Amino acid sequence: MATTITKPETLFGKRVRRQEDPRLITGTALYLDDLKMPGMHHACVVRSPHAAAKIRGIDTSAARALPGVAAIFTGADVTGLGAVPCAASIPGLRVPHHHLLAQDRVYYVGHPVAVVVGTDRYIARDAAELVEVDYEPTAAVADPEKALAAGAPAVHPEWPDNVAFNFHQEGGDTEEAFRQADVVVRQRITSQRLIPTSIETRGVIAEWRAGERSLTLHSSTQIPHLLRTLVAGILGMPENLLRVITPEVGGGFGSKLNVYAEEALMAYIAMKINKPVKWVESRRENFQATIHGRGHVDYFELAALRDGTILGLKLKLIQDLGAYHQLLTPVIPTLSVLMMPGLYRFKNVNADVVGVFTNCVPTDAYRGAGRPEATHGIERMVDMLAQELKMDPAEIRLKNFVHADEFPYGTATGLTYDSGDYAKPLHKAMAEAGYEQLRREQAAARAEGRLVGIGLSTYGEICALGPSIALPAGGWESATVKVEPSGKVTVLTGASPHGQGEETTFAQIVADELGVPMDDVLVVHGDTAVVQYGIGTFGSRGTAVGGSALYYALQDLKAKMKKFGAMMLGTEQVNFSGGYCVDEATGKSVTFAEMAVAAYHAKKLPANTEPGLVATHFWEPPNFTFPFGAHLVVTEVDRETGAIEIKRYVCVDDIGRIINPLIVDGQVHGGVAQGLGQALWEQAVYDESGQLVSGELTDYALPRASRMPWIESSHTETPSPVNPLGVKGVGEAGTIGCSPAVVNSVVDALSPLGVRHIDMPLTPEKIWKLIEGARA
Amino acid sequence: MTHSQNAELERQAAESSVAGPDNRLRITLMVNGDRREVEIEPRVSLLDALRERLHLTGTKKGCDQGACGACTVLVNGERILSCLALAIQYTGQEITTVEGLALDGSLSPLQQAFITHDGFQCGYCTSGQLCSAVGMMREFDDGVPSAVTADVASGTIDFSDTEIKERMSGNLCRCGAYVGICDAIREAHSEVHSEVHHAGESR
Amino acid sequence: MISNAFSYHTPETLEEALAMLEDGGGKILAGGMSLIPLMKLRLASPESVVDLRRIPGLKAITEEGGAVRIGAMATHHEIEISPVIRGKCPLLGEAASAIGDIQVRNMGTIGGSVAHADPAADYPAALVALEARIRLRSANGERTVEASEFFVDAFTTAMEAGEIVVAIEVKEEEASEGFKYEKVAHPASGFPVVGVAVRVKKSGAGIAMARIGVTGMGPHAFRARNAEALLEGGAGAAAAAAVVGEGEETNSDLYASGEYRRHLARVHAGRAIAAALTRAL
Repeated sequence: MATTITKPETLFGKRVRRQEDPRLITGTALYLDDLKMPGMHHACVVRSPHAAAKIRGIDTSAARALPGVAAIFTGADVTGLGAVPCAASIPGLRVPHHHLLAQDRVYYVGHPVAVVVGTDRYIARDAAELVEVDYEPTAAVADPEKALAAGAPAVHPEWPDNVAFNFHQEGGDTEEAFRQADVVVRQRITSQRLIPTSIETRGVIAEWRAGERSLTLHSSTQIPHLLRTLVAGILGMPENLLRVITPEVGGGFGSKLNVYAEEALMAYIAMKINKPVKWVESRRENFQATIHGRGHVDYFELAALRDGTILGLKLKLIQDLGAYHQLLTPVIPTLSVLMMPGLYRFKNVNADVVGVFTNCVPTDAYRGAGRPEATHGIERMVDMLAQELKMDPAEIRLKNFVHADEFPYGTATGLTYDSGDYAKPLHKAMAEAGYEQLRREQAAARAEGRLVGIGLSTYGEICALGPSIALPAGGWESATVKVEPSGKVTVLTGASPHGQGEETTFAQIVADELGVPMDDVLVVHGDTAVVQYGIGTFGSRGTAVGGSALYYALQDLKAKMKKFGAMMLGTEQVNFSGGYCVDEATGKSVTFAEMAVAAYHAKKLPANTEPGLVATHFWEPPNFTFPFGAHLVVTEVDRETGAIEIKRYVCVDDIGRIINPLIVDGQVHGGVAQGLGQALWEQAVYDESGQLVSGELTDYALPRASRMPWIESSHTETPSPVNPLGVKGVGEAGTIGCSPAVVNSVVDALSPLGVRHIDMPLTPEKIWKLIEGARA
Repeated sequence: MTHSQNAELERQAAESSVAGPDNRLRITLMVNGDRREVEIEPRVSLLDALRERLHLTGTKKGCDQGACGACTVLVNGERILSCLALAIQYTGQEITTVEGLALDGSLSPLQQAFITHDGFQCGYCTSGQLCSAVGMMREFDDGVPSAVTADVASGTIDFSDTEIKERMSGNLCRCGAYVGICDAIREAHSEVHSEVHHAGESR
Repeated sequence: MISNAFSYHTPETLEEALAMLEDGGGKILAGGMSLIPLMKLRLASPESVVDLRRIPGLKAITEEGGAVRIGAMATHHEIEISPVIRGKCPLLGEAASAIGDIQVRNMGTIGGSVAHADPAADYPAALVALEARIRLRSANGERTVEASEFFVDAFTTAMEAGEIVVAIEVKEEEASEGFKYEKVAHPASGFPVVGVAVRVKKSGAGIAMARIGVTGMGPHAFRARNAEALLEGGAGAAAAAAVVGEGEETNSDLYASGEYRRHLARVHAGRAIAAALTRAL
C-alpha cells in the first residue's frame, strides 16, 4: 500500500498543556491522605518538646487504657531495627546512630519519642496526649558557630567538639593568587535555615500481608526505589517483598528526597499489629521534624587585580547539620564547594568545610541544595569587588566570564562545564531591562534622595544529577517503553515526578520519536512493583537524565520496530518516521499499529528477534549539565521604614533546549518565588534553648500572591552536549539565580549610605537600622 | 432546595444544638447539591467531615490552622476555611467543594483556564485556589472592594493583577504558580463577562 | 491538629448563653478564627463550646440617631461591605478590609476579635480612634466600656467573668471628617506589625479634632492623645507623628523589635494623618 506520509509536527518546544492536569483540577487525584484501606489504623507520634534532654522514663499506661488504642511503641521496642540511613561517604565522617525512636536522650525539638496507634486519628491524637515522658532537660546549642566554641554543650556527648566532619578542597594555588592580588574583599555571608514547606506534608500508609509476608508502603516521597531498598535494610526484610507506591505528591522541593524514621516505623508497626496503619504529619511536625534547608555561615575572601580580574577565592564554610545526618545531610555543603567558582575563569579555590552538630532538626537538600548558598556567596562577593573597584557590576562579570569558546571548561573544583555562552543571557537581560536607562533613572532618583537599586546575578548551577560517581546510590536513570498490542504506548520511568510535569514532557518525547499521538502515551511512575529500579526526582534531573534514558529506550524500540517493518514490507532497508515504517524504494509502508500487532501475534518473526515490543534503558550520564543565566532586579527602599519594593524582575535563563515552555515558565516562576522567599521573608529561627521560634505558618512567611512581583522571564538556548535531548534542567534555576540578584539590588540601593552587605532575609527592620546607622 | 427541605434542616439543626463530648450526632450537610448525612463528634472540622466521613477528598489539608487556604470551600457562595469550621455549624447550608465545580461533567471555564495557564504544578493547593477564585470573582462582580481598591467611592473596580493578587492572597502555593493562577482567573473572568456581554447583544 | 473533645451548645437567647457559661468550663465561639486554632493546638481545651450564632439580632448593623451599633457576631466582611458602616463610620470599614484574607473576613467576627484582644488585631486602632464603646452583657445586666479602657493588656480586656460582648457602638463620623487606617502587615500572619487609625476634622487652616489609634506597637491598642493634642494645637503632622507612642510599652518579636515598631507607628501615623487630611472636607 502506498501512502503519502506527512511527518507530524514535532512537539519538542511546544507549549503543550499538561497531561496530569485533568485529575489535579477536579480534585480527583489521590494524594497520600486521600487513601483509605480496610481496617486501617492511625498513628500519632509523640515528640520531644526539649532540644536536649535525658529520658528518665516513659509511662504509657494512661494512653493504653483509652478505648480504641491498639498499640504504643517507644524506643525500647525498636532497638533491633536499623538506623535512619545516611548515604554520605566523607572520610572521617562521624555518624551518630539515628534510632527510629529516641532511646535515652532526645536531641532536638520534634525528636520522635513514641508512636501511638489507634482505630482512628482522633483517638491516636488523644492517646498521644496521655503518654507521659519524664525528661531531664540538659544544655542545648542551636547556633553552629556557638556549637564550635570551646565549652559549648555537646550535642552528642561522645563528640564534645560538635564537629561531624572537616572537608577540604582546593584547586590551583590560592596562596600565590592572593600574593599577586591588588585587592582582597572579605565578607561573612549567611544562608539562613529555611523550611521547605510543601503544602502537602509527609505521610505514610503501611500495609502488611501476613500470608505473603509482603509489605506495601505508600509514601509521599521523591525516591520510591531508594526508599524501598533502605527501608528493607532498616527492617531486615527481603527487598523484593517490600513494595513502595508513591501516590500523587503535593510538592517536595527536596524535603521528600529522604528516608525518614516514620516511614520505617509505620512499616514495622503494620507488621506488628497486622493492620494497615496511616501516619500523616501535621504542619507543626512538618516544621519541627522534616528536614530544613541551607544553614550556612560562610567566610569568603576574594582576590583580584585592580582591573577587576578575579584571581582566587578562599572559603571557610560552616554547615549547620542539625542533630543527625539524614540521607544526604553532609553532602550538601560539598556541592556548594564544587559550585564556588560560579561562571568565572579564575582557577584558584581553597575551601574548608566544617560540618557542625546542633540541637536542631537536620538540614538536607532543599531546592538548590548547596548551590544557592554558593551562588549567593560568589555573586555577592563579585558585587562587593565591583563596589570596591568602583566598577559596574555587569562589566566586572563580563570581564571574568569563562569565554564561549572555552567549553568544555575545566574548573578549579574539578568540574567540566558542558557548554555555555555566559555573556549572552546577561546582555539579553540588560537589553530587556534597559540597563543603561535604568542606571540613568537611578542617578536621577538618587539625586532626589530616593534609594533605588539595580542588582544582577549571573549564576551557574550543577544540574542533571548526575554521574553515578558523584551520587551515593548511583546517578543514572531508567526507562522502559512498551508498545502495547493495540499500539498504545506505556512508559515506565524511574524518575518520580511530583509537579514537574514529566508525564507531559515524556509523552512529547515519545510522540516525536514514535510518531504517535501524545494521548496514546501513558507515563507511569512511582510504583516499585511496576517500574524497573530508578533513582528518583531531585537535582533538576528528571528530564535531563530520566528523559535521556527514555530517549535511548525509544531508539532501541524503534530499531526493533524497524525489523518488524522491514519483514512486513519484504525489504531490508526501511525508514521509521511519523508512525510508519516506509520502504523508500517502493513507497510502501506499514503503520505503527500494524507493527505492534505483528510483534505480539508473532506469526512470523524477523531473524534473531523476540516477540513483543518492549525496550528498557538504564542511562548513565557522562557528566552533569550546567545551566546558567542572568537575573536583574530593580528595587526601591522606603527610606523611612526600610520596606523593599521590587519594581522589576527580569530573568534570562539558559537551561539548554526547552521541551515545553509552559512547564518551564512554571518552574522558573516557582523557583523565583522560593528565591524571593529566602531573600526577603523566610527564616527558620531557633532560640538559645533550641526552641523553634518560627514554628507555624503564621510566623514563617511563605511568598504569597499579593507580594509577588511580575516576572519578566525569557531564555537563551545553549544545548547541552551531555545528553541526546540537549536539555540541562530547570527545577532549581530560579531559586539559585534569585536571592543574590535581590540582595545585590538592595545593597546597591543602600550603597550611597556606605552599605556593602546585608544578610538574608532582608527584613525591613534590618534595612531601617542600616539607614539609621548611616545617618548617625 | 425546596422551602420544606430547608425548614426540615433548620429543625434538625435546632435539635442538634446540644451535644455532649461523647455524643456523636447525626447531621445533614448539603454538599454540591446532595444531601449527605454524617455522624460526628462536635470537634470534627468541616474539612475532616468532608474528607474522612463523606469521602470528598478533593478538599485538602495544608496546615489545619487557617493559614494556607488549601481547605477553602464555598458556603452559600462565600469562601471559608473548612479547617477552622466545625461541621456541626454548617447544617443545612449550601457547601460547594472542588468536586462540585465542573458543570455537567465538563470542566468549568475557570478549570480550563487553570490548565491553559499552568496555574498549578503539584496540584495540592489547587482545589482551594479554585474555590477561592470562584468566590473571588463573585465578590468582585458584586462590587466588593478589597484592601488595594484605590477608590471605593467611585463604585467601579478595575479587574487588575493587583486586585486579583490581593484577593487571592489567602491561598498559598509553594510551587509558586501565582503568575499562572492570576492569568487563569483574569481569563476566566473575562470569558464569563464576554459571554454575558454577548448574550446581551444578541437580544 | 485535633482539639480535645468538648460539648457544643447553640443557645437561642443571650440569657441561655449566659447560663451555659456559669460553671466556668465553657468558651464562647464566635467566628472561631482564634479559638479553633488554639483548641487544635490544645492550648485551649474548654469542656464546652457555646456558639452564639443562633441568637437573633447579634449580627445586625444598625444606625439610629447618629449612633451606629454593630452586633458582636457581624463578620469582618459584613462590616467592610455594610452600607451603614461605609456611610457612617468608614474608618471601621477600612480597618475591617485590612484584616487577614477574605476567608478569614468571611468567618471572623468583630465581637470575637474584640474579646480575644490580640495585641496585633486591626480593629482596636479604629475603635479607640472612633471612641467606640463595647457593650457587654452578663447575668447582672448590661454595661458599656470605652474602647480605650477596654483593651487592658495583651489578650486581656476589661471584661469580667460571665460577660459577653454583644455589640460595638460607634458615634457617626461627621461627613466632613477625614479618616485613614494605615497598616504594616506581617508577611506571614497578615496581622498588623503596626496599624494606625486616624480621624481629623479641619477648621479653616487648622485641625479642629484629631483622633489617633495605634495597634500592634504595644501590648494593647492605645490613643496617641499627645499627638492628637499637638495636631489640634496647630503643630504640623510631622511634629505630631513624632510623639506617637511616647511613654507607651512596646512589643517585640522575631519580625520587629519594640524600637522599630514605635518608629513604624510614627512614620505611619504621619502618613495616615496626611491621607486623612486629604480626605477631610
